[in-house]
Amino acid sequence: MSAMSNSNWDRRSVLRAAMGLAAAGGLAACGSNTGRSSGGGAGLTQYFHAYGEAGTEQAIKKYAAAYKETKVTTQWITGSNFESKLFASLLTDKAPDCFEFHPQLQMIESGQVADLTDLIDPVKDDFNPADIASHTVDGKIYGIRMIDDPQFFFYRKSMFEKAGVEVPQTLEELLEAAAKLTTDKVKGAYLGNTLHSMVNPLIWSAGAQHLDDKNQIAYHTDAVVDGFKQLRKLFTSGDLLLDAPTDFWDPSALNQGLTAMQWCGMWAMPQMQEALGDDLGIFPFPKVGDAGKLSVYNGGWSMFVNAKSKNLEATKEYVKWLWIDQKEYQEDWALSYGFHIPPRTSIAESADKLKSGLPAEGVKLFNEYGNFDNIGWTQASITALEDVLANSVRKDGDPEAELTKADAKVNRELKKLFG
Amino acid sequence: MSTITKDGVSSPAPAKASPAKPRRGLWGSPTFNFWLFTGPFLIGLAIFVYLPILWSLYLSFFEARFTVTPSEFVGLDNYVTMLTDEEFIRSLVTFSLFALFIVPLTWGTSLGLALMVNRLRFMRAFFRSVFFLPTAVSYVAASLVWKMSIFNGVRFGLANTFLGLFGVDNTAWLASPDPPWYWLVILTVRLWLQAGFYMILFIAALQNIPQELYEAASIDGAKPGWQTFWHITLPQLRATSTAVILLLLVAAYQAFDEFFNLLNKTTWGRPPLVELYYKALGESQDYGAGSAGALILTVLICLVTLLQGKFLGFGRGEESK
Repeated sequence: MSAMSNSNWDRRSVLRAAMGLAAAGGLAACGSNTGRSSGGGAGLTQYFHAYGEAGTEQAIKKYAAAYKETKVTTQWITGSNFESKLFASLLTDKAPDCFEFHPQLQMIESGQVADLTDLIDPVKDDFNPADIASHTVDGKIYGIRMIDDPQFFFYRKSMFEKAGVEVPQTLEELLEAAAKLTTDKVKGAYLGNTLHSMVNPLIWSAGAQHLDDKNQIAYHTDAVVDGFKQLRKLFTSGDLLLDAPTDFWDPSALNQGLTAMQWCGMWAMPQMQEALGDDLGIFPFPKVGDAGKLSVYNGGWSMFVNAKSKNLEATKEYVKWLWIDQKEYQEDWALSYGFHIPPRTSIAESADKLKSGLPAEGVKLFNEYGNFDNIGWTQASITALEDVLANSVRKDGDPEAELTKADAKVNRELKKLFG
Repeated sequence: MSTITKDGVSSPAPAKASPAKPRRGLWGSPTFNFWLFTGPFLIGLAIFVYLPILWSLYLSFFEARFTVTPSEFVGLDNYVTMLTDEEFIRSLVTFSLFALFIVPLTWGTSLGLALMVNRLRFMRAFFRSVFFLPTAVSYVAASLVWKMSIFNGVRFGLANTFLGLFGVDNTAWLASPDPPWYWLVILTVRLWLQAGFYMILFIAALQNIPQELYEAASIDGAKPGWQTFWHITLPQLRATSTAVILLLLVAAYQAFDEFFNLLNKTTWGRPPLVELYYKALGESQDYGAGSAGALILTVLICLVTLLQGKFLGFGRGEESK
């Protein structure tokens, strides 16, 4: 055989081998673990945002692994843009079968989330009624609440005593307290880097609501305008901690002594207690204006089922198994990694960790001053009011004018949602 | 053995016949080989670039909230929405100004670094690597280092610790647009990430300048330094400079990562892509308006590029002219 023919044979061989490898690779891929088809049953995918508390990711994976009917893969999404990733993926074939999020009407209107009424109805009375109400549209329930997360101010009792400061009852008093508490090492207050978490409590504490019963704008009041002005004063006073390495949801700023009081969620309470012991107190967002009232933001996360899932029934079965039937896991999820209030009354009432001390005080604030999300208040509206805060508090804009601009955006959204 | 002609000039030996057989059939066809090698890339380009662009054009004429397969035709409404959107227009203006500033700054910095490194007599490779290495760092990682370690607002941030030595109070670098310290953070991270790459382009161009030009200039009395730089080096770098400026301009309008990570949900300092992300493609999921905005931005980039090409002569000159 000539060298020449050898060369020809080699090229062909290489080409054939490459094609063979490609084909083999394709076939191999058919049999590989893609996370969607192995483990028996349909194979499900669920999305979670990355919780800050240690052990949460492992816990969710442990629950999923315990489900024997089908393999459940968890995608643990880090970063602050969980919402964007979730919404974008819901448009594709790779959309999760179930995911955690907050109740928002736009998802129901666009047919993204499945009706779960049949799953929840048998145990409806065991859920916090406000949680059920915030997930209900036209009598149908579209999500299962997993945890309730009240947010309020945490403060260092010793620093308050040293500065001779009482727990503020009004926003004016909060500004005065922050000024008295500020030293060359410690700032009076920390409200997060963007201050966005202040929007909702500010509205409620000013005696307003986002939307009224007819789903029309109810946040644009004189007291809310005044509240934004006072926040601007606090922002420029030098008494507010700005640009901290971690945001409001992380207790580091308070634990490390960078601030005397911090807006945060009850989830961080165990970490704070571990770092600060008894030198820790909580109080709700103070009143804004004469008609104001104390408020707490009852945030939280709920489980939704993708209405377009190819495995809709299997997903509903899994979601029912985990978030309706497995009370042990629900209690573990709410209380073992940070403090959350279980939305199931029977679990919340038997939770010893929430019965005394600061956690019990947190539950009391949740019950007395708590406000839940309005399902008609969607991402576009949320962003519109966050922009008001950015422009009037962090930037020196006129709150009245900024709210008027937001009204136009919110009304456009309301028109799309309610006609 | 060479052949001696009657003129006494040796003629070249005849070329040895190639042992290769002439190629036959498909494998020998240049057209087939062209498609064989470029086909996969063209298919990829069509699927991942041209098809999305065309789909984006289609979406821009439809009401497409929470869907990429819309049915409600709205004509030019999405374009009107975006062109009358104060924030989107502001982002286009801001980033035209940003481009006017960052492009010459990066051009000057990378050229300066290239000139310095090129003149080094020893450790040239080391310094070239040192300045080039940031190019390999992700924009997201660099932004987080800048935000959390160097320019955080607390007393143990690197910048605040340094300024504290001179009695300067802690500064919140990114919290407020007044004063706009955030530009300092963005410019430093962008320069650190970009300058090394363009420096390499300039070094390559500098090494292509014929030494004879400098020798001739020296004979003509040109003084080394500023005079030769202005009259020889800079004109010789014209084609590279034009290409660098073009790339920098496009990069300035396409800025996203560091702005998104450094200025989390601010309403200022938003490049057009971040504006589009928040307004249309992120939480609001308005793909119609987002597509219209993206096409407006594309047209703007094309216009700026064409204008820049007209003024600086992109593609007209060769390096030596």
